[in-house]
Amino acid sequence: MRSDGSSLLLKLSAIGGLVFLHGPLAIIVVYAFTTEDKSYQFPPPGLTLHWFSVAWGRSDIWAALTLSLNVALVATGLALVLGTFAAAALSRAKFWGRDNVSLLLILPIALPGIITGIALRSAFNLMDLPYSVFTIVLGHATFCIVVVYNNAVARFRRLSPSLVEASFDLGADAFQTFRYVVLPNIGTALLAGGMLAFALSFDEVIVTTFTAGQQTTLPIWMLNELVRPRERPVTNVVAVLVMAVTFFPILAAYWLTREGEHVAGGSR
Amino acid sequence: MTSTSATAVLFQNVSRHFGTVRAVDGVDLKIGQGEFFAMLGPSGSGKTTCLRMIAGFEQPTAGHVEIFGETAEGLAPNRRDVNTVFQDYALFPHMTVLDNVAYGLMVRGVQRTERERRAREALSLVQLEGMDARRPAQLSGGQRQRVALARALVNRPKVLLLDEPLGALDLKLREEMQEELRRLHKQLGLTFVFVTHDQGEALSMADRVAVFNKGRIVQVGTPEDIYQRPTTRFVADFVGSSNVLTPDQAPRFGGISRWTSLRPETILIGAAADAMDIRQAGEVIDQQFQGAMRKTLLKINGLEVWAMAPASQTLGVGQAVTVGWSQSALHAMDGEGNDV
Amino acid sequence: MSDLALRRRGSSLLDAVYRRPRLFLTLLLTPPLLWLGVVYLGSLFALLAQSFFSLDDFSGVIVREFTLSTWMQLMAPANLDVIIRTVLMAALVTVADAIMAFPIAYYAARYARGPMKAAFYLLVMMPLWSNYLVKVYAWKLILAREGIYTWILDKLGIEALLDWYLSLPVIGGPSLSASYTGTFIVFCYVWLPYMILPLQAALERVPSNLIEASADLGASPGATFRHVILPLAFPGVVAGSIFTFSLTLGDYIIPQIVGGSQYYLGQAVYAQQGTAGNIPLAAAFSVVPILIMGVYLTFARKLGAFDAL
Repeated sequence: MRSDGSSLLLKLSAIGGLVFLHGPLAIIVVYAFTTEDKSYQFPPPGLTLHWFSVAWGRSDIWAALTLSLNVALVATGLALVLGTFAAAALSRAKFWGRDNVSLLLILPIALPGIITGIALRSAFNLMDLPYSVFTIVLGHATFCIVVVYNNAVARFRRLSPSLVEASFDLGADAFQTFRYVVLPNIGTALLAGGMLAFALSFDEVIVTTFTAGQQTTLPIWMLNELVRPRERPVTNVVAVLVMAVTFFPILAAYWLTREGEHVAGGSR
Repeated sequence: MTSTSATAVLFQNVSRHFGTVRAVDGVDLKIGQGEFFAMLGPSGSGKTTCLRMIAGFEQPTAGHVEIFGETAEGLAPNRRDVNTVFQDYALFPHMTVLDNVAYGLMVRGVQRTERERRAREALSLVQLEGMDARRPAQLSGGQRQRVALARALVNRPKVLLLDEPLGALDLKLREEMQEELRRLHKQLGLTFVFVTHDQGEALSMADRVAVFNKGRIVQVGTPEDIYQRPTTRFVADFVGSSNVLTPDQAPRFGGISRWTSLRPETILIGAAADAMDIRQAGEVIDQQFQGAMRKTLLKINGLEVWAMAPASQTLGVGQAVTVGWSQSALHAMDGEGNDV
Repeated sequence: MSDLALRRRGSSLLDAVYRRPRLFLTLLLTPPLLWLGVVYLGSLFALLAQSFFSLDDFSGVIVREFTLSTWMQLMAPANLDVIIRTVLMAALVTVADAIMAFPIAYYAARYARGPMKAAFYLLVMMPLWSNYLVKVYAWKLILAREGIYTWILDKLGIEALLDWYLSLPVIGGPSLSASYTGTFIVFCYVWLPYMILPLQAALERVPSNLIEASADLGASPGATFRHVILPLAFPGVVAGSIFTFSLTLGDYIIPQIVGGSQYYLGQAVYAQQGTAGNIPLAAAFSVVPILIMGVYLTFARKLGAFDAL
C-alpha cells in the first residue's frame, strides 16, 4: 500500500470531516471563558476564568458529579464480571441458541435508549422497586455489559485454546489457569472495556432519566440546565469538565488495546 | 515388545463419537514402557483424538483407557502424569522462557529457587542454555519447539506426547529435531508417543508404528514391518509409495492372485536385473531426477509401474530395458484384513 | 519421581468440567443471561404487552383488557406523520453520514500509518465518547440566532442567502436552530463517529492483495474502488447504519433542543408516557422502532454487518 499517494481531494475531505467533528467541541471550550452570561453571543465580548470558580462553588454540581462517578464505578464493576462470563462462554463453545444469545447481547445498544428506558421503568414498576440509585445502576449495567462483552469476546477469540489446554496439561487447576494464563492475556481488553463502560455510564442521559427517581446525575443536571438555564457559562464549564474527565479513560482504553495486540494471540 | 516391561498406555475397545461422526472407532492399543511410539495416518483418521484421550482433553465415549495401570477416563488432564508438546507449541506469550518451562513446577508449589534450577536443567537438556529471559515471540520456530519440549520434560512425566512435532519446521531443522528427539528418548528412557501424518518421520524415529485410517488402527508393527509387509492396500499406499497390483495383474508379475504390493526400489533395471528371480521386459516412459535417485516410470506387462533407479542410471524415453525383482519383493495382502 | 500425589489432592472441579463441559458453560452463562434475559427482555415484553391495553380517557386509568384500539390510534394521521417524519429523517441522516464518513474512514484505513493512524483513531473516538449533551449543546450555541453562523455569514456577506434558505417550505424555518435542517445537522454530527468506526474497520479488512490483483488484471483505481473496495466495505456501512438509524429513531432530546415544534417518535413516546400517562400509546409508539429495527437487523445480518461490528 502506498504510504501517501492519496489524492488531495481525499485528504481535504478527510480533514474537513475531522474539523466538522471537532469544531463544535472547540466552540464549547471558548464559550466557557466568555464574560457574557445572558446569551450565546459570538464572538464572546471578553474572556474570563470567573465561571470556573463559580462552578467550583455550586453544591448541586458537586452532588451530581459524585453521583455520576459512583454509578459509573458500580455499573462498570458489574458489567466487567457479567460481560467476561458471557464472553468466555460465547467465544468458544457452540451450543444451541448461541446466535440468539449474541443477538441478545447487542440489543441494549441496538435498540433506542428511550425504549430501554421505558422498558426498565415498567419492569421496576412491576417489581415494586422504587426509583433510586440502585435502579440507575441496574439500567447502566445493562448496556455496560455490552461494551465489556464486545472487548472481551474479541480478545477471547484471539486466545489460542491450546494455551488453556497446555496449562491443564502441566498440572494447573482451573483457578491457577485463570490467574496465570487467561487473565494476563485478556486483562488489557477487560481494562479497556471497563474504561469505555465507565465513560459510557458517565455520559448516559436517556436511560437515566427513566430509571432515576429524584436523583440527579451530571448529565441530567446538564439536561435541566439546557432546558432552563441558570448561569449559561457555568454549563459550558461543566461541559469542558466532562470532556476532560472522559478523555482520559478513552485514551487509556485506546493505549491498552493497541499494545495488547502484540502481546496476546497464539505463541507461534 | 517384550512382555516383561510394563504397559505405559492401554486402550481397550476405545471409541469417541461426536454425534454421528465416529472419530475413533473401537481402538485397541498397547504401548510399552520406554517405547518411542508413532501414531500415523491421514488427517481425520483419529490419531490426534487418541492422543488427546491419553492427555485427557477428550474423554472416550466407550471403552477403557489406562495409563501405567491406572484408569484414565474421567481423570482431568492436570491429574495425569502425562505431558504434551502441542502442535502450535502453546508457549505462554506473556511469560519468559524460564517461567514457561518452570510453569508445571510452579503450579504444583515447587519453590522458586528449586524450580528455576530444574527449569535451567531442562533447557540445557534441549540445548537452549542462556535463553532464560527471552520471550516466545523473540524465538525462532525451532527454538520455540525446544522450549515446549523442555517445559514438558521438566515435570518428568511418565508419558510424553507430541502432536505433529515436526510439521512446521523446514527440512534441515526437521532432520535435526528427529535426531534430537531420538537422543532425548534414549537418554531419558521415557515413553514417547507422537502423532504424525508424515510417514517418513514415523519410519525414521519410532520403535513401533500404529497406522490409523477412519478411526481405526489398520496395522501395528515396527517400521520395517509396516513398510515391507503392509497388510492392506491403504497401508501400502500411505506408507512410502508403492506399486499396487490387482489380483488379476499380480500373476503376470510373478505373484499370486491377490492384491500385491511391489516397492519401487525393489525393481532393478538393466544389468542389475540379471541377478533377480523374476525378469521381464519393460519400456521407459519417464524419469524424474530426485537427487540421490531417479524416479523412473516403466511400462511392464502393459501396466505403468514406478521404479527407483540410482542417479547414475540415466535412461532415454522409449528405451527398452530388462527389469527384475526378487520373489520376496512381492507382498500379497487383502483388500483389507490380515497378512496372507 | 513425580508429584502426582500432590496433584491428586487438588480440586476435582476440573474433572467435573471435563466430564461435563455443558455444565461449565451453563454456569458461566447464567448470571449474564439472567440479567439480560429476564430483566431486560422481560421488561421489553412487558412493554409490548402494554400496547394491547388502552387508556380510559375519562378516568385516566389504564384498562388492562386486550384491545387493538391503541394500535388503531397509532394509525391516526397526526401519529402516522410522526412516524413517517422520524423514519425519513433517520434515512436521510444515515445516507448523509455514510457519505461524510467515507473520506475519513478511507484515509484512516488505507493511507494513515503508525502515529498518524493512532491520531486518527483518537480524533474519531474523542467526539464519540464526548458527552452527548455537550455535543447537542454546542450546536445549540452554534445555530443560535446571535451565535456563530450569523457572525460568519455576516463576515462573508451572504446573510441574504440564509434568509432565502430559511424561507424554503419544509427544510426552512424561523431560524436554523428551529428548523428541520438544524435537527438534521445535529443528528448527522452526533452519529457520525458511529458510522466512521465500523466503516474504517471494514476498509482495513480489505486485503491489500485483492487490490493488487485488481490492478494486475488491468483495472483503473476508480474501477478497483467501485468493483472491489466498495462492495467489500459495504457491510461496514450497513453496520454503521444500524447505529445511525436506530439512534435517530429513538432520540427525543435533539429535536427538543434543536428543531421545530413538530414531534418525532422519541418525543411522542416521551410525551405519552410522561404527563399524558398514556402508557399503552407510548408502548405502541415504542414498538414501531423495535419492529423497524428488527427488520433492519435481519437484513443487516444477511449483508454481513454483524461481522463488521
